[in-house]
Amino acid sequence: MSFSWTRVGAIMHKELRDYRRNRFVIGTMAAVPALFIILPTIQLIAANTTSRALSLRIGLSLLYMLVIPVTMPSVVCAYSVVGEREQGTLEPILSTPIQREEFLIAKALAAFAPTLVIAYVVFGVFLGIAALFAHPAIVSAIYAGSHVMVQLLFTPLLAGWAIWVGIAVSTRSTDVRVAQQLSVLGSVPPLIIVALMSLNVISESTELAVGLAAALLAFDLLAWRAVAQMFDRERLVTGRRR
Amino acid sequence: MTAPPASQGPNPTESVSALPSVDGSKGDCALGVDQLTKHFGDRVAFDHLSFEVGYGEVFGFLGPNGAGKTTAVRTLGTLIAPTSGSAVVAGIPLTLKNGSEIRSRISMMPESPGLYLRLTVTENLLCFAGLYELDDVRKRIDRALRAVNLQDRARDQCGSLSKGLRQRVALARALLNDPAVLFLDEPTSGLDPVATREVHDLINSLRSQGVTIFLTTHRLEEAERLCDRVAILNTTLRLIGRPADLRQQLFRRSLDVRLRSPLDDPGVLFGAVGEVEGWEQTPSGYTLTVTDPDLAAPAVIRALVRVDADVLSIVESHHSLEDVYLELIDEDVEAKRR
Ligand SMILES: Nc1ncnc2c1ncn2[C@@H]1O[C@H](COP(=O)(O)OP(=O)(O)O)[C@@H](O)[C@H]1O
Ligand SMILES: [Mg+2]
Repeated sequence: MSFSWTRVGAIMHKELRDYRRNRFVIGTMAAVPALFIILPTIQLIAANTTSRALSLRIGLSLLYMLVIPVTMPSVVCAYSVVGEREQGTLEPILSTPIQREEFLIAKALAAFAPTLVIAYVVFGVFLGIAALFAHPAIVSAIYAGSHVMVQLLFTPLLAGWAIWVGIAVSTRSTDVRVAQQLSVLGSVPPLIIVALMSLNVISESTELAVGLAAALLAFDLLAWRAVAQMFDRERLVTGRRR
Repeated sequence: MTAPPASQGPNPTESVSALPSVDGSKGDCALGVDQLTKHFGDRVAFDHLSFEVGYGEVFGFLGPNGAGKTTAVRTLGTLIAPTSGSAVVAGIPLTLKNGSEIRSRISMMPESPGLYLRLTVTENLLCFAGLYELDDVRKRIDRALRAVNLQDRARDQCGSLSKGLRQRVALARALLNDPAVLFLDEPTSGLDPVATREVHDLINSLRSQGVTIFLTTHRLEEAERLCDRVAILNTTLRLIGRPADLRQQLFRRSLDVRLRSPLDDPGVLFGAVGEVEGWEQTPSGYTLTVTDPDLAAPAVIRALVRVDADVLSIVESHHSLEDVYLELIDEDVEAKRR
């Protein structure tokens, strides 16, 4: 049977409906962005326009916002498989014609779409606050260099990595809490590299940013293949650890 | 075990085959299973299963806990790979590659309903209609809900439903794709008698509509009430046949004789009666194993009168399928002890 977007859509739809009524997911999706809009805004307002470290300040502010696409999907995805297993819904789902690639893509997109929307909205709000309240020098510093591009580019790429790590951990776990902790831990490494760049430890340049982005994209694709290989219907259904 | 006359009527339930072997002509059956085996490491879940299920038949897998019923259903439903053996499910050979194709033609209701409790009944069914890529979704959902008498609960959140109602939603979900084979794994386990009765009625009405059902249960009366044919499973298949025939063919016939006082020499007396195959002393008399109670009873009475025994009563014992079942399971327990 060929890959079916109808089946992907069915799971995604179900997933988004379920999120909306899941207090834990709603809580995560509200708390993480709230926190990571407050911190960068404080950074921004407190910034000294004459400081030579202005670029660093801005780098830090934007970095805070990149925590959103890392933590949010990793928490949600960690739940995605082991959670279904705990509520006994995994077996009925896997008893349908669904193929593993469809199942995984659906789970990934269901986490990716809201993450992207929320992360970009938060960034937009941040830019809005900056335009309204920050010193014009700060605003022009934000648009200078590759800050905005880094933000737009790395948000989906970091989310992709966090999603595959989260799903991978989830297919292997027997406990939701443990899965979430491991998943958040596993999603952090690429953020560190981005941090080194944002904080000017590695000197920032458009070429470097694009290069890093390409590498991260390659990692995301590899991670997707690896997760698809790890997906084992029998083990998931019988709950057997190998 | 006596072999039945080999008449292959158009209705597969007509012929009661003794552990049938699957020949090449699997074309017309819903399930054809040949020497199917599943091991988990060195634990055997089920061993060398061979049987056929015809279209329109309600076939029961009856066995105690741990007999391998769930594992067998999951294997035929392509969730688990068999260790060895082969099977044809809804006309498609059971292979890893055919998994998705097979699953699109069958449906499975697992032991626990597994509903999304935060979603409504309709939302649950919508998701599965999408997974089966069905068209006319609303109409199909309506029909499935009507089949399980749940139209008025369509908008209820599944978390608010009782266990029995959840089971019915799971059944509606399994009916969405008009499955060629409907697998029901212990459909009434954990339900109260009223809910059990409702599920039984639903299964019977599906049966009368010609739906092919493969049902597992550990409860005899359920198998007896619902199934055209029953296979008794305890890791291996022990017996297979129509419930009535299993009882008839397989349980030794016997007479219970009650006497006022024990006989002096029962061995000689019963040994002289041709129809009696064996005897056993009971607190109030004897139990005789006989070939045919109608022939044996008069002969036994004549022999007893000849030695002036005070006969209180002589009756044929009736055995339910339960006796057959317990006897088989017992044998297994003894075999395991050895
Ligand atoms: N994932 C598994 N790993 C090891 N053994 C298993 C697994 N699943 C089932 N078994 C064993 O296989 C046997 C059959 O189990 P099961 O099919 O669940 O029986 P039933 O459904 O008839 O109660 C049991 O002995 C059980 O312990
Ligand atoms: Mg079972």
